[in-house]
Amino acid sequence: MHKQKIHRRILDKITEKLLTLSGALTSIIIVFISVFLFTEGIGLFNTPDIEEGYALYVNSENRIDNLSPEETKQIFDAEVTSWKAFGGEDVAINVFRLDAIFNFYSENELGENYELLPEKLGEVISREKGIIAFLPNEYAPQGLQVRKLETATVTLEDYFLGTDWIPTATPAPLFGVLPLVLGTLLVSFGAMIIALPLGLGVAIYLSELAGNRERKLMKPLVELLAGIPSVVYGFFGLVIVAPLVQKAFNLPVGETALTGSIILAIMALPTIISVAEDAMRNTPLGMREASLALGATKWQTIYKVVIPYAKSGISAAIVLGIGRAIGETMAVLMVTGNAAVMPTSFFESVRTIPATIAAELGEAPAGGAHYQALFLLGAILFVFTLIISVSAELISKKRHS
Amino acid sequence: MNKKVSQNIAFFIFKFFGVLVIGILFSIIGFIGYNGIQVISWEFLTEFPKEGMTSGGIFPAIVGTFYLVVGSLIFAFPLGVMSAIYTTEYAGKGWIVRIIRIMTNNLASIPSIVFGLFGMALFVNKLNFGDSILAGSLTLGLLVLPLIIRTSEEALLAVPQSYREGSLALGATKLQTIRRIVLPAAFGNIITGLILSIGRVSGETAPILFTVAAYFLPKLPSGIFDQAMALPYHLYVLATSGTDLEASRPMAYGTALVLILIVLIMNLIASFFRKKL
Repeated sequence: MHKQKIHRRILDKITEKLLTLSGALTSIIIVFISVFLFTEGIGLFNTPDIEEGYALYVNSENRIDNLSPEETKQIFDAEVTSWKAFGGEDVAINVFRLDAIFNFYSENELGENYELLPEKLGEVISREKGIIAFLPNEYAPQGLQVRKLETATVTLEDYFLGTDWIPTATPAPLFGVLPLVLGTLLVSFGAMIIALPLGLGVAIYLSELAGNRERKLMKPLVELLAGIPSVVYGFFGLVIVAPLVQKAFNLPVGETALTGSIILAIMALPTIISVAEDAMRNTPLGMREASLALGATKWQTIYKVVIPYAKSGISAAIVLGIGRAIGETMAVLMVTGNAAVMPTSFFESVRTIPATIAAELGEAPAGGAHYQALFLLGAILFVFTLIISVSAELISKKRHS
Repeated sequence: MNKKVSQNIAFFIFKFFGVLVIGILFSIIGFIGYNGIQVISWEFLTEFPKEGMTSGGIFPAIVGTFYLVVGSLIFAFPLGVMSAIYTTEYAGKGWIVRIIRIMTNNLASIPSIVFGLFGMALFVNKLNFGDSILAGSLTLGLLVLPLIIRTSEEALLAVPQSYREGSLALGATKLQTIRRIVLPAAFGNIITGLILSIGRVSGETAPILFTVAAYFLPKLPSGIFDQAMALPYHLYVLATSGTDLEASRPMAYGTALVLILIVLIMNLIASFFRKKL
């Protein structure tokens, strides 16, 4: 009997310990997620800014010491054709890739296993004053007149202030997140412009005007709107909203920032409606009655008493709605066209942070620069939403105190 | 008079907005429903996709989604309920509960694609599960955890304090009280949370993109380390990257309708459980 009691007490203790542990579960997961995103991504800033395993070589008379990824891209895209543009002599730039060696030498001259290749590459580079050669490290050219350009690593500035996101460009992939960040903000901003008046209007209707029966009917419907999977919204946007936008504004394609904003607005509505409505319904009856007793109309009472009283709750609704819009992935991926360029208007294709991750992670080799850049995008998104959710928390805290 | 007019205008606008939002909901469901119902048949639900996904059915995607729902909830449901028991029954009302609640809210606000990244880094790569049902289920489980915790908490808080006091006064221990009194009383509402989670898990695409989802598989998965097809990812594929987009449209409508029906049915069952209490 006594023994049994001890047994049970031990078992109870273990159960209680387990319960405590599971209470800490969400905190542990959050810490884990943030650690993982940063550790997987932070390596980007130790990665050389040109493709791994390759280097750039120039003739040693060239005065240029190093090139930024941006400049490298301009050279290899033939946007810049003279070294003068980068402070060198006025010599035409001659872009050289490995396979161009066959323009100078036959296969026989390079040796059986290409063992003469480094030497011959060195000869070519020594001869051409304006050359820039993009070569794999295993065939590093040998010669007196050859100079290897110092490779820098991707900098914080390249990443956060870069205006080009071209992760697959060779020789220097560009990881500028600015167009993606702005694209995300633009689409979310547009969504809020549409969803706020609509959502707050419906919240006022539900909390102040609707009868009990209407409320009971509408609330589950709004919940249902929140339950529809985002991929279904994306599909609906693709086959209905995009063609409508295209026709209405006479655009070449319907997949634009505006289309994304419309779909996101619909998706953010349930959050805005339910949080704002809760806040308004919490207005004490006494305050409303006092206002009405003073001769105010119902509408005056709403915008002079109810809305000011519910201000913090309404702000929380707005913030949470923005959070919903910023993080949404599939629907946006399907309807915004995904052009990674600096956004200039609502009628052009844009690409958001989540859509970029979803579209590109599958093709990025694990551990590579592209993979790391995408994890950092995830980290940016994570920080965005964390700030949003904490500020919503603080705003509604204020109401209670 | 003027006051009355502005009131009438304002109220008309709000009512119009209300109708508009409901109208949007019905037009989405109506559009998908109308186009989808013409595709859905017994064959559609029980056959494999055929001819480059332009005919046949979506059976493997249904099976895959079923596995993912079961897999994710097997581990998220008990953990979520335990976490809720801790915060409502043990932690009191101090700063610990506040931090836990803030963290749960934060977890709920993290975008689903971030869960996908995390799941890929941890489960697929670090723990070497590969693209598998196991990795996908764990990722989805983390995603629904906050939903389960929140609904379970509400369910437990709704149990009157007097039940607990009565049980304790009769000499029951705290755990006995929770097991025999509090949990049975909260059961219906806890199940509501579980059912809503089923709807949520079935519809999520971003977390499974890199952890489990396959474009097409010729046979059903045979174990937890296999890849699987899933309904939401299948719809994404049909809508954006099929071999012949126009020809696979009907399949897409059918898949979208099945997804909406799952959510609809889960919401109905959930509201039934909620009412019973």
